[in-house]
Amino acid sequence: MGNRILIVGGGLAGTIIANGLCRQLGTQLRKGDISITMLGTSDKHLYQPGLLYVPFGKIRETELFRDQRKVLDKRVPYHIDPATNIDVDAKKVTTQSGKVHEYDYLVIATGSRLMLQNIPGMEEGAHWFYDLDGARKMRDALNEFDGGKIIVNVNVPHKCPVAPLEITFMLYDYLASKGVMDKTEITYTYPIGRLHALEPLAEWAKPAMDQNGIKYETFFNTKEVDPAAKTITSEEGETLDYDLLVTIPPHNGAEVITDSGLGDGGWVPTDRNKLLREGSSDVFVCGDTTNIPISKAGSTAHFEADTIVDNLVSLMTEGRWARDYDGKVFCFVETGMSTGTYVWFNYTTPPNPGAPSQMIHWFKLAYNRLYWLSARGLL
Amino acid sequence: MELIATLKLIEIGDEIEVLSTDKGTAADVPEWVAKVGHEMVEVVDHGDHWSVVVRKAK
Ligand SMILES: Cc1cc2nc3c(=O)[nH]c(=O)nc-3n(C[C@H](O)[C@H](O)[C@H](O)COP(=O)(O)OP(=O)(O)OC[C@H]3O[C@@H](n4cnc5c(N)ncnc54)[C@H](O)[C@@H]3O)c2cc1C
Repeated sequence: MGNRILIVGGGLAGTIIANGLCRQLGTQLRKGDISITMLGTSDKHLYQPGLLYVPFGKIRETELFRDQRKVLDKRVPYHIDPATNIDVDAKKVTTQSGKVHEYDYLVIATGSRLMLQNIPGMEEGAHWFYDLDGARKMRDALNEFDGGKIIVNVNVPHKCPVAPLEITFMLYDYLASKGVMDKTEITYTYPIGRLHALEPLAEWAKPAMDQNGIKYETFFNTKEVDPAAKTITSEEGETLDYDLLVTIPPHNGAEVITDSGLGDGGWVPTDRNKLLREGSSDVFVCGDTTNIPISKAGSTAHFEADTIVDNLVSLMTEGRWARDYDGKVFCFVETGMSTGTYVWFNYTTPPNPGAPSQMIHWFKLAYNRLYWLSARGLL
Repeated sequence: MELIATLKLIEIGDEIEVLSTDKGTAADVPEWVAKVGHEMVEVVDHGDHWSVVVRKAK
């Protein structure tokens, strides 16, 4: 095997892998026996979980960004030149500028993207907080909001499995403290027959919603939004009125994945233990862009990345595999503005949320600061 | 969840099979399929997992 590692995508997964490899392969990098190169789309690294706090004015926008060059190990050349084609047979990646990068090992970590356009009327009729522009507009809308019907509408697939519940309970607390909750009705819609895909979270959420008078509609798969009439309709035939619609839009993987024929919807078929692209022995897939049916979350990306680092180092230096990925996911869950809980699970252990507490909320806020250490591979 | 997402990507008339160790899936999927108007092909109990096959109808 050769020695050129190419990482496509400089988000959480790609960055942790690059930095982790540098720490373990210092000698080889110094001697020039191994090279690591990264392709990305921006000179800034966005801390996505921070977006949850933007609509409530609880985070400064500057806290959301760091220079990617500062987060990434100096030994990794970083090209802001998105991949436009990935040819796994010829082992080549072509970029927007027309450059061709050959590799011996490829890591695909291109994440997921919002597909508001997949639902007619959604972009015009809804608010969202999954990107900065959306979160800013939602902040303005909440500022002006003084009562009425709010719908929190969840579509699949989406990243961060807990954000829909978090935003619902945070909205409740925010509106209660603003003194308009008595004039407000919050309805949460979910695509399957319970309030969350993870059953224990669904069981926890139901009494919590009942207690606060938050309504819910299950089996609600969004068909269309009518921005003029302010209604949202499901495939199942339900139509709801709204004054403020907050959506968790459906996601796809990156365009380059579909354009390169590597997976429908941009999701790359991936071996759930080795994290290799199915059919390849030199293409690793990490983070949101895998098709593995587990949560698309930062913690998933992190645990997968650690596994890939260990395996790549072992493969390159000793020609053997180090370990399997066990499906581990860990999520902090904000249960309001001042309490939180957490869940963890893997392929064999189902999730089990603990009782919400103020301490866990502070942990999550602390973690918001620690993110940068974890991206740098120090945590 | 994966079923709903995958159904959006396939053509009308295509079938997909969901393998699940969760008994809830075997019960929930037929209920949802009936509600939305797709077609249930079969639900088979394999002991340690369930196989649920759905045909996209619209
Ligand atoms: C509002 C919100 C709250 C969240 N909260 C949490 C939380 O509390 N806990 C948690 O664990 N997770 C949370 N997440 C999810 C978490 O941010 C993602 O799951 C995580 O970032 C996935 O990492 P990734 O590397 O796969 O994708 P990303 O971090 O999104 O990185 C993908 C990168 O690939 C780049 N890229 C795309 N296409 C190309 C191309 N063609 N060429 C080169 N580069 C490309 C993109 O620009 C991007 O930088 C949250 C997400 C959101 C939006």
